[in-house]
Amino acid sequence: MSGRASTPSQEAPLQWRTATELARGLEARELSARDITAAIIEQSNAVEPVVRAYLKSTHERALESAVAADERWSRDTTLSSHDGVPLAYKDIFVTRGVATTCGSRILESWIPPYDATVVSRCEGAGLTSLGKLNLDEFAMGSSTENSAFGPSRNPWNTDCVPGGSSGGAAALVAAGGVPWAWGTDTGGSVRQPASLCGIVGVKPTYGRVSRYGLIAFASSLDQAGPMARSVEDAAALLQMAAGHDPMDATSIPREVPDYLEGIDEGISGMRIGIVKEFEGGGTQPGVRSKVEDAYRRLEKLGASLEEISLPSFEHGISAYYLIAPAEASSNLARYDGVRYGYRQADAADIVAMSSRTRAEGFGDEVKRRVMLGTYALSAGYYEAYYGKAQKVRTLIIEDLERAYSSVDLIVSPTSPTTAFKLGERTSNPLEMYLSDIFTVPVNLAGNAAISVPCGLSLDDGLPVGLQLIAPALDEKTMFRAAYAFEKDLGWAGTAESRPPL
Amino acid sequence: MVIERSVVDHVARLARLDLSEEERARMGAELSQILAHADRIQALDLDGVEPTSHAVPVVNALRQDEVKPSLEQEESLAGAPAVEAERFRVPRIIEEP
Amino acid sequence: MSGRYETTVGLEIHVELATRSKMFCGCRVAFAGAPNSRVCPVCLGFPGTLPVANEKAVEHTLRIGLALGCDIAEHCLFHRKNYFYPDMPKNYQISQYDSPLCLRGHLDIPSKTGSKSIGITRVHIEEDTGKSQHVGGDGRIASSEYSLEDFNRAGTPLVEIVTEPDIESGEEATTFVTELRALLEALGVSDVRMDEGSLRVDANISVRRAGEIEHGTKVEVKNMNSIRSVGRALAFEEERQRRALDEGSPLVQETRHFDEKSGATSSMRSKEHAFDYRYFPEPDLVPLEPSAHWVADIQKTLPELPPERRQRFVSEYGLTPIDVGVLTASSSTAAWFEDAARAYAGDPKKIVNWIIADLFGLLNVAGIELSACRIAPPQLAALVTMVDAGTISGTQAKVVLAEMFRSGSPPREIVRAKGMEQVSDKGAIEAFIDEAIAENPDVADKVRGGNPGPLGFLVGQVMRKMNGQANPKVVNEILHAKLLS
Repeated sequence: MSGRASTPSQEAPLQWRTATELARGLEARELSARDITAAIIEQSNAVEPVVRAYLKSTHERALESAVAADERWSRDTTLSSHDGVPLAYKDIFVTRGVATTCGSRILESWIPPYDATVVSRCEGAGLTSLGKLNLDEFAMGSSTENSAFGPSRNPWNTDCVPGGSSGGAAALVAAGGVPWAWGTDTGGSVRQPASLCGIVGVKPTYGRVSRYGLIAFASSLDQAGPMARSVEDAAALLQMAAGHDPMDATSIPREVPDYLEGIDEGISGMRIGIVKEFEGGGTQPGVRSKVEDAYRRLEKLGASLEEISLPSFEHGISAYYLIAPAEASSNLARYDGVRYGYRQADAADIVAMSSRTRAEGFGDEVKRRVMLGTYALSAGYYEAYYGKAQKVRTLIIEDLERAYSSVDLIVSPTSPTTAFKLGERTSNPLEMYLSDIFTVPVNLAGNAAISVPCGLSLDDGLPVGLQLIAPALDEKTMFRAAYAFEKDLGWAGTAESRPPL
Repeated sequence: MVIERSVVDHVARLARLDLSEEERARMGAELSQILAHADRIQALDLDGVEPTSHAVPVVNALRQDEVKPSLEQEESLAGAPAVEAERFRVPRIIEEP
Repeated sequence: MSGRYETTVGLEIHVELATRSKMFCGCRVAFAGAPNSRVCPVCLGFPGTLPVANEKAVEHTLRIGLALGCDIAEHCLFHRKNYFYPDMPKNYQISQYDSPLCLRGHLDIPSKTGSKSIGITRVHIEEDTGKSQHVGGDGRIASSEYSLEDFNRAGTPLVEIVTEPDIESGEEATTFVTELRALLEALGVSDVRMDEGSLRVDANISVRRAGEIEHGTKVEVKNMNSIRSVGRALAFEEERQRRALDEGSPLVQETRHFDEKSGATSSMRSKEHAFDYRYFPEPDLVPLEPSAHWVADIQKTLPELPPERRQRFVSEYGLTPIDVGVLTASSSTAAWFEDAARAYAGDPKKIVNWIIADLFGLLNVAGIELSACRIAPPQLAALVTMVDAGTISGTQAKVVLAEMFRSGSPPREIVRAKGMEQVSDKGAIEAFIDEAIAENPDVADKVRGGNPGPLGFLVGQVMRKMNGQANPKVVNEILHAKLLS
């Protein structure tokens, strides 16, 4: 293979095709779901010893489901245009009858009796699950190094982290082990690993995708998001699960537009803002140069770029690292060894039992955040910490509202750095937190954002991601811009976009 | 600000975490560092700013009063670490120390 | 002695709402049943689950708030109350904190001076916990070896009603709870059964010397499982605190447990146990903003409430406040009375007397509520009408009532079957009177001589001859006419 941008993906091996291309092959009856699934499983198995993406594989079940999908194709009773296309879930999505750990010892043995709404909607569309993918414990982290079951690796450089917390999903999608996957994003957990692994990752508007069955980290920030190797796939996967869910009171009861309709209409005349406060901010030169290239490309495509000021963004990290741990400290209180999961069996009384269960069942980062959150909510500190953080949140929202009066989208790097080495940041939690600087404000405001690859950094040859931020519920504009950028860059789908494993 | 050991102990008790000596010492230092960063927002004049608890424009999301099937008793107890007489068994209940 | 002290009581009342499903999930609400059989991933707090609030529970809470004259919040939030307890699946309780749904109301209760208004601080929604069963020891938590958790009750919708400290005695607290219970029953929002825990009362009580401005040391009293035990527990506490003040021994702020058997309270939780509930807005639930339209619709459907009904009973039936209090303690009793009174042409007070003096006695012995009694209200009216007409005597009527209560038969049938009709026909009675006079000439002469004393003897003779079925009034009249005029 030449590695040129012109290599048509249509002729690529099955594991490297996008879900949309696979669906087209199924529709044309040129491909079978069974062959697709078998080829992708083979790739999955080939890369797994290196990337360590899986916590639980359900390959056999997937093959059976693929056979059933083929039957539906032969009878014209398909469940959706993507019936029989495989996918995988970050192991934070609850799956009936399939172990769901959230990367934690405390849930090691838990077999849920129900399915997350995202899972049941995708299953209803005929998608077959290859399994459950690695993550930082309870999604707390940016590297998967906080997984109780060991870190995943970045397929671009296996000494590096894939990012996190949805790192297993990013690594597997990037390595061709699955065409797309569901991750979750509380402060950047879909976008940052997508950026570090050279794939597309979406944080939809808060409330656009049901959180029912998504193990809670920080409830007011958590949102499920698709990860894929093309903008089109990401949009299509979001389409399958988005929309109101009566089981989630925070899901928005509004109709979901057709994300693919008009996605190729270009961005001529679109107004895009560059955040003044994000200048510098510890961004690596290699990242900055790729992102600045991307800005010029957007201009070339007809967008007008202007500098905007979002003064409250500098407090985003402070607010986030009070609000998210506070909510987490409460969300994680239920892991007490009474109803499910791990129990420290030797303790004589309930207080000792639950205290030791939690001390042994949770990893360091989870304990750190539970402590931080408990502190921030406790009597005497609430107003100074949690209360103030909620007010900063208001300021961030107001900043964005002001910005959207003059721009349609906001653009930034996704992460200030490319993938870092395993172990490089584990000793300094604060440094790890500061790398979320570009992603966190989006969660605080509940806006939508996407990370789209803009090629490899000239410094280290690792992927760089561009973040496009859109107002709440305007995913359509965001996809249109990301699609135009991706097309013009011509990187996605080429051999160059495949990590050299 | 530096978080004192007594505060670490108190918070660990509230959070039901039986931390080791080493963890308590480390946690105190780490939390101090993180909170020092968070202290930047202490300086902000936020009087008159409404707090945001929900970044979603939804109110009154209510469900109809309809009975839905419960789990089978077996399913509800399936993951329990200890069961007796169809109930979740727990060690002796004591007050918070 | 009581004049030297003033007692201050505030109540916190938890009411289980009579919804079909739980507060935040679709599991059925019911009492008892196989353990852990009415639970689902949501009310078991399984990872990933989310609560969605029950509209009916909100509506019931609005009904209570409106009936108590509260302000209804235009915007309110749910909060999480965080503390660990094994009967609480999420280790936080979803409740309302600084913005409850209903604020600042009052309930007017009968008092010696007519009526007294007790302030309602707030009415808010929350969820119930599961139930712990303590194994080993004497069954109480302190001596147990381990506990067993049943989560069937977990997530049952509750409202908490908090009063201002306007109550001044245990007796007044009893009246308040009785009144509130009647109100909740009339609203149809709860079973209000204290024995099954669908109505739970906790009290804060303090005593101070008369004239002091500061309240005395506040003590919380728990485990009062009937209206009667509210009165007993508070009377005990009042006395205990007065004695402590007399003796100059210190009172501590604490939670005390009422023991039904001994009638005493004992310290349950040490003073100043600092709970830190770390309340924060529940992110899984969006704000509640009841529309003016919704609130107005609910207001329109409120039934007649006990205070209004009490006023009406005084003005419409001319009853005394005491009788009204008894009749309106329960909506079903009030309705029963009205059904009987409507079927009766005479003075409704007579119906009241029959209910209170006779029927309540029968109900007490049988241990049932008036609503469960076999007598239909119009039948009581029929019975009283028969007494008025002289068909049977008052004494006979009591026998008939007992039989009505036992069998449910109409009074006329019972009177007929027992051959109880009185003879008031003068001709028939006169024949027996003549016979009695003829048989007792000496006695008759004494009477004729101006001594009415032995008249009763002659009446008795007539009654005996007529097997007691003669109308004694008629017998008396004829004897008078024959011998004394």
